[in-house]
Amino acid sequence: MLLCWLLFIPFIGGLACWFVSRRNPDSNAARWIALASMALVFLPALSLWFGGDFSLPSHLSASPDWNRELSVPWIQQFGIAFHLGLDGLSLIMVMLASVLGMLAIAASWSSVRSRVGLFHANLLWTLGGVIGIFLAIDLFLYFFFWELMLIPMYFLIALWGHEEYDRGAHMRAAIKFFIYTQTSGLLMLAAILGLVFAYYSETGILTFDYNQLLGAHVSGTFGFVLMLGFFIAFAVKLPSVPFHGWLADTQANSPSSGAADLSGILVKTAAYGLLRFTLPLFPEASAQFAPFAIALGLISIYYGAVMAFAQNDMKRLISYSSISHMGFVMIGLYAGTFLALQGVIVQVVASAISTAALFILAGQLYERMGTRDMRQLGGLFGRLGALPGFALIFVVASLGMPATANFIGEFLILFGAFSVMPWVVVVASGGMILAAVYALYLMHRVYWGTPQGQETIARMRAREYAIMMALVVITLIVGLFPNTVLSVTQGTMNDISHWFAAGVIAASQAS
Amino acid sequence: MNDTWNQVLGALPTIFVAITILAQFLAVTIKRDPRVTHAVTVVGLNLSLLSLIGLVAFAPIAVGPLFEVDPYALFFWAVVLIAGLAGSTFARPYLAGFEDRRDEFYILLVTSVLGAMALIASRHFAGLFIGLELLSIPLYGMIAYTFRTRAALEAAFKYLILSGAASAFLLFGMALLYAASGQLTYHSLSVAAAAGLGTSSDAWLLMGVGMMLVALMFKLSLVPFHIWTPDVYEGAPAPVGAFLATVSKTAVFAVLLRFFVVSPVTDNTWLIFLIGVIAVVSMLVGNLLALRQDNVKRILGYSSIAHIGYLMTAIVAGAPLSIEAVAIYLATYVGTSLGAFGVVALVSSPFSGKDAAHIDHFRGLYYKRPVLAVSMALMMLSLAGIPLTMGFIGKFFILSVAMASGLWWLAGAIIIGSGIALFYYLRVMAVLFMDRPASARELVADAPGLRYGQFIIWLLAALTVLIGIYPSPLIWLASAAGIVIPA
Repeated sequence: MLLCWLLFIPFIGGLACWFVSRRNPDSNAARWIALASMALVFLPALSLWFGGDFSLPSHLSASPDWNRELSVPWIQQFGIAFHLGLDGLSLIMVMLASVLGMLAIAASWSSVRSRVGLFHANLLWTLGGVIGIFLAIDLFLYFFFWELMLIPMYFLIALWGHEEYDRGAHMRAAIKFFIYTQTSGLLMLAAILGLVFAYYSETGILTFDYNQLLGAHVSGTFGFVLMLGFFIAFAVKLPSVPFHGWLADTQANSPSSGAADLSGILVKTAAYGLLRFTLPLFPEASAQFAPFAIALGLISIYYGAVMAFAQNDMKRLISYSSISHMGFVMIGLYAGTFLALQGVIVQVVASAISTAALFILAGQLYERMGTRDMRQLGGLFGRLGALPGFALIFVVASLGMPATANFIGEFLILFGAFSVMPWVVVVASGGMILAAVYALYLMHRVYWGTPQGQETIARMRAREYAIMMALVVITLIVGLFPNTVLSVTQGTMNDISHWFAAGVIAASQAS
Repeated sequence: MNDTWNQVLGALPTIFVAITILAQFLAVTIKRDPRVTHAVTVVGLNLSLLSLIGLVAFAPIAVGPLFEVDPYALFFWAVVLIAGLAGSTFARPYLAGFEDRRDEFYILLVTSVLGAMALIASRHFAGLFIGLELLSIPLYGMIAYTFRTRAALEAAFKYLILSGAASAFLLFGMALLYAASGQLTYHSLSVAAAAGLGTSSDAWLLMGVGMMLVALMFKLSLVPFHIWTPDVYEGAPAPVGAFLATVSKTAVFAVLLRFFVVSPVTDNTWLIFLIGVIAVVSMLVGNLLALRQDNVKRILGYSSIAHIGYLMTAIVAGAPLSIEAVAIYLATYVGTSLGAFGVVALVSSPFSGKDAAHIDHFRGLYYKRPVLAVSMALMMLSLAGIPLTMGFIGKFFILSVAMASGLWWLAGAIIIGSGIALFYYLRVMAVLFMDRPASARELVADAPGLRYGQFIIWLLAALTVLIGIYPSPLIWLASAAGIVIPA
């Protein structure tokens, strides 16, 4: 029941937004409805987080312990069920999605003026799709939400996109985004079908159920190909080099308030997918693939950092920096130890929060200055009230300063991976230096330097101030008390790390 | 005696359609009124549709040596009848602006439906040929119906001449098969093939099958027989386009699949491989050529090439799931194409010389006709195969068939093709929601019968989402639609 609530509230809220503003296009009703529906998702999730039992199970299980589960037959001919499940991992991700959702609505409060109802409807539907991804444990249902999320996201970029440099750029970006993700999604569908039919020929049961398919032992070349299907779909979405081509374009052209980035892209569905599906379903093939994935991770760290440094557009800089962050995630995932996987979760949350904050700040700055080109900015410290101060906090967060959540994430990943592959960790650590370079460079070019005027530009409004404070608080809480996250996800991560370890052994025996 | 009545029972849906044609003639001789002719059409086709339900309990029934009324035929009869109904309803408001006789259109349409039904149920070459010609000949007239526009006339001539050539191929192929085996039913060919395999007659059989395939592939507009498609789709009046894309494609594909399932003459590795290559090339060429089009009807024409390419996967696989997959894919494709062409037809209604099919005509449609625009967006998503629409269910089945049969290369081609296709579907979809330019063509709100057309569109849009969310009923129907192989 609760799962249905979490899932359907955004969709219903979206419809309500749409209808309300068709009646009365100028009112703020749609914004309030949207905010309320995200709060209605957040509060039950929060109560679960306080009240749920996420302690380590005493025994190792073949399938995850779902905290809540719901299964209704859907397409019986194919063994497809409307099967939702929630464990610590999904809970953290749902909370992240609802927090970012609320922030996205708040951040676009004043900057979206046209077709307000439709905008919020699309925003909520995107979030509904994202939440569906985190709750679905039927592979068909999962794919369903994975694709469903794209359509409203496409409209957000295509209809409310930002066009600063040339007309129609946001249309092209929207189409690029859609084609990248949809095509890779179909690849995943083919892999899902391959897995299902492999399980069918093994056991005679036609099912898309995650719990059962975990028992499918596909190995060898066939398993490797299926694993690649999943991996590529997630690597595109993460994104990892060489599948990153869409990210910077999409983010540079998405609505200037950053609402779309927050709602759809930053909620790291791909990291979740790798954790939930690729590693557990194909432990052996994943272990074989680990060296390549880690190489891609390393390349992403350095490539993202170097590219970030070379950008003039503030949003492009931030999006390349997130490619760099995701390189760490990739390394943590394929190191596969319990500590590294826990680090991945923290890193995903931390990166989402700090990047979201920087995007919102970029949006607020754009509202005041009319540009995001860093060559035309400079010397803003002291002229914008508290805004540069917040920017400083999140810039140092994004370079991994202790006391922020990002530090915990990177530290745990590197610490956890060190026992398995020390040299990779040594190389990856170098990336943190580059992070400091691009992050401080951003700070320097935008906020320091010679001021271009003396007068004070509009200070932060209470709403903007509140958004930023909320983000600061989350970063500090996770940074200072990482157990708030870690204790919730430990059961899931424990399972995954054991499955992966078994895969490593199987792979070494096979070779 | 009993047997005769049984056969009449089997032919009942076609008899209803034939009576409809007679009633239309009578109606026209008494008083020319499109309202009446259209009403007769709707009543007749609906009666035929109802009789299908009654027949379910009695199928399969062999009607003479020529036709086999099995569940498979019933399923596709239903698809064709529904498409005919929708096509005639779109034609009402469209033809309101046509300054000439309008009633004959419905007669041609119903005759063509009758041909499609004969084709679907045929199990004998004579039945195949009669059905195909009865389907095609009225179509020439329908395409050229607005004969004062050059494009329509040109399209009709193109279709006429190339169809004629295809029919010649078909007849020659049949003749070769008959010469080699002495048999004319699909099934008995297999007996002859079993006896003659490996001997000199084998090559004749293969050549005969090849010739027939050329003809059918022409009708299905598979590459390299696709050249006519975009021109004919563009030139034909939009309701005819809807009819051509659905009824004609469905009937021909249905008979092709029946031929492949019933007659093992077609069990030839090379032939199947060749069909696979044609399927892949069709997917790629159709989608690539659609990329640079600005006319929605042309886009739909090229995309139909790709869609039939996807469908051929099922024939290549020859898996137990194939018939079900084809039934589902064709049903969803028909629904979606009807919707897309229907929107074009309604936006162009009433007819005034040229259809409003250019992509700019659809710019900002959402702010004028929200229901039509949202329906069109849904149809585009469905054609692209995005979840939540029934097009996805079709694509899911085709991909399942490919994966279950281990046809990785075909699955890969489907994925690449769908990726390319997104570009042009999304382009059409996004345009609907942009700001409407001042120069846009005025939409007429009160053409007679426009309400019915909009109702059909609304119904198709609802069906698109409903089947997209809960496909079980459709899957159940399709899985029941088995082909009967005569003993």
